[in-house]
Amino acid sequence: MKLYEYLGKELFSQYDIPVPRSKLVESADQAGQVVGELGEVVIKSQVLSGKRGKAGGIGFASDFAEAQKEAARILDLKIDGLATEKLLIEEKIEIEQELYLAITIDGSAHRPVVLASLDGGMDVEDVAENRMIRWPVDVTLGMQGYMAREICRRMGVTGNLQKELVNFLPKLYRMFRDQDAELAEINPLALTPDGLVAADAKVTIDDDALYRHQELPRITEKTALELKAEKLDLAYVELEGDIAVMANGAGITMATLDMVQHYGGEPANFLDFGGGADLEKTAQSLELLLGTDPKVLLINIFGGITRCDVVAEAFVRVKENKGIDLPVSFRLVGTNESEGRTILEKVGIKTFTSMDEAVRHAVVLTGTV
Amino acid sequence: MPIYIDQNTRVLVQGITGKQGSFHTGQMIAYGTKIVGGVSPGKGGQSVEGVPVYNSTFEAVEHHSAEASILFMPAPFAKDAAFEALDAGLKIIVLIPESVPLHDAMEIMAYARQKNAVVVGPNTFGLVSSGNSKIGIMPNRYFVPGPVGVVSRSGTLCYEIVGHLTENEIGTTTVVGLGGDRVVGLHFIDVLKKFEEDPATEAVVMVGEIGGSAEEEAAAHIASSMTKPVIAYLAGKSAPPGKRMGHAGAIIERGRGTFESKAEALSKAGVKVADLPMAVPPLIKTALADK
Repeated sequence: MKLYEYLGKELFSQYDIPVPRSKLVESADQAGQVVGELGEVVIKSQVLSGKRGKAGGIGFASDFAEAQKEAARILDLKIDGLATEKLLIEEKIEIEQELYLAITIDGSAHRPVVLASLDGGMDVEDVAENRMIRWPVDVTLGMQGYMAREICRRMGVTGNLQKELVNFLPKLYRMFRDQDAELAEINPLALTPDGLVAADAKVTIDDDALYRHQELPRITEKTALELKAEKLDLAYVELEGDIAVMANGAGITMATLDMVQHYGGEPANFLDFGGGADLEKTAQSLELLLGTDPKVLLINIFGGITRCDVVAEAFVRVKENKGIDLPVSFRLVGTNESEGRTILEKVGIKTFTSMDEAVRHAVVLTGTV
Repeated sequence: MPIYIDQNTRVLVQGITGKQGSFHTGQMIAYGTKIVGGVSPGKGGQSVEGVPVYNSTFEAVEHHSAEASILFMPAPFAKDAAFEALDAGLKIIVLIPESVPLHDAMEIMAYARQKNAVVVGPNTFGLVSSGNSKIGIMPNRYFVPGPVGVVSRSGTLCYEIVGHLTENEIGTTTVVGLGGDRVVGLHFIDVLKKFEEDPATEAVVMVGEIGGSAEEEAAAHIASSMTKPVIAYLAGKSAPPGKRMGHAGAIIERGRGTFESKAEALSKAGVKVADLPMAVPPLIKTALADK
């Protein structure tokens, strides 16, 4: 779950990480009023997009009228297709130097990894490889003083900035670990006359750990359908095409979408209804897909833990209760395959044993090839 | 020569009294796995599929000198159970649960390093030494002995590809499911090294997917250290950036982890990349014939 900048900064504050003084507002008038309290300000759209700056989602103002005008402009913007609902108004800070600092998870090393660079403020992908210091942290040791000093040495940082960073890093690491973060990124980390200040905050919390963070708000980037799927505990992603796809397992679902495209079709979605789903959940998955009004339905089942007879029964139940009027291409193999096939034949549905044939048939059914 | 496990490996099932645990205990026994005991706190003294159940992993190890364990339990309890298995001295831990928090997974891997143990998963179907023993949830009938080693990030897709091999009368030596999460114990490189050393393995199939950099790292290893032929299939060619395709790892983020980057790295390393699952068996046949 990605956190808005202002929520990331609220977390930072809890860990004693300095952030600019700020106010969160929802209207241009409120933005104007804040200038009185903060003086010269930066007005920042609160959207979950990396393109905020380039899209004009950040403005500057030094009086009421200017702030009102800039805020109104930003509130009207669509950034990456996202509307701005909230603005973070921050005091303009005096920046002497901009750094880059992040902690993320390095799957190859099984460890959190600190990323630090003196080239802050720019697009992180544009930072030269040898200017980005990477330090994996063993979780049994945690972030020790020597690690922070060594990171500084490799960055070429000495003196006051070193002192500041050695003090700063353990706080960010503690937040990263306590809050089950996948990413805690500060770009830029600003050196000001008063020390280091987090001028931005990109924090992502591990979805699988949210159950132990009831205090955090729930933020979603999902569409209405995706939310409905989430409630049913289905992995669902909306796509652009007209062939609705249902399969069991993330890898094979991806491979099914790839194959649909390979044969000239366009998938309408990614839907992995998981391993070992019961009749109820399987039926709900089907109903969800039918609700998207696709042209063709493609079902690809390789039963291991998933039982073919359960999938077949769910299909028949939905067909009888709600009706399935669109053309269907059904592939069914694996656990209890013959039972499943018999159930479907009774309602006139033929099945394929090969994924390849089923996908090609689905593409033919769209009538576009 | 079996790798990781063989027909004599003594296996515990943690979470044996649950629906999944008991069902797959039966399936593993049917395949030939030596299941010596089960663990389910509070249910000691019962028996599942003829296997004695204990309250603690230590107790089960005392009675049966087990070497490996497979874990079935809800994700929030996986860390405690994995720590217990490692502390009790087990050297192969197979973590079946999905949705294990990443920070829990990192702590499990750190402790496994200290204990010099192998962790497979989480979010894996496990591993199988074909014809000998399986510690996992894969359907038994597709895993027949033969000359091909298979290593995969995803489950059902791996069954699909092993199924194609079996249809073509090509069996497997060992099949390992790495797991679909961002932090998993074994990586492609670990298993590729084992396959390279294993005289019974003549060719290797790796099943990868978008996200992360595991395939690129494997490609570098293959180029520098593998003599055996490797065939790859990669899922996620059609996936749009920024959308997480079910697996925690399967997402193209900030331009990283794309299909193109993986396919290119592997091709450069001399790996033939199959464009469809059904294209794997012919490529393997050619590789085996060329030897």
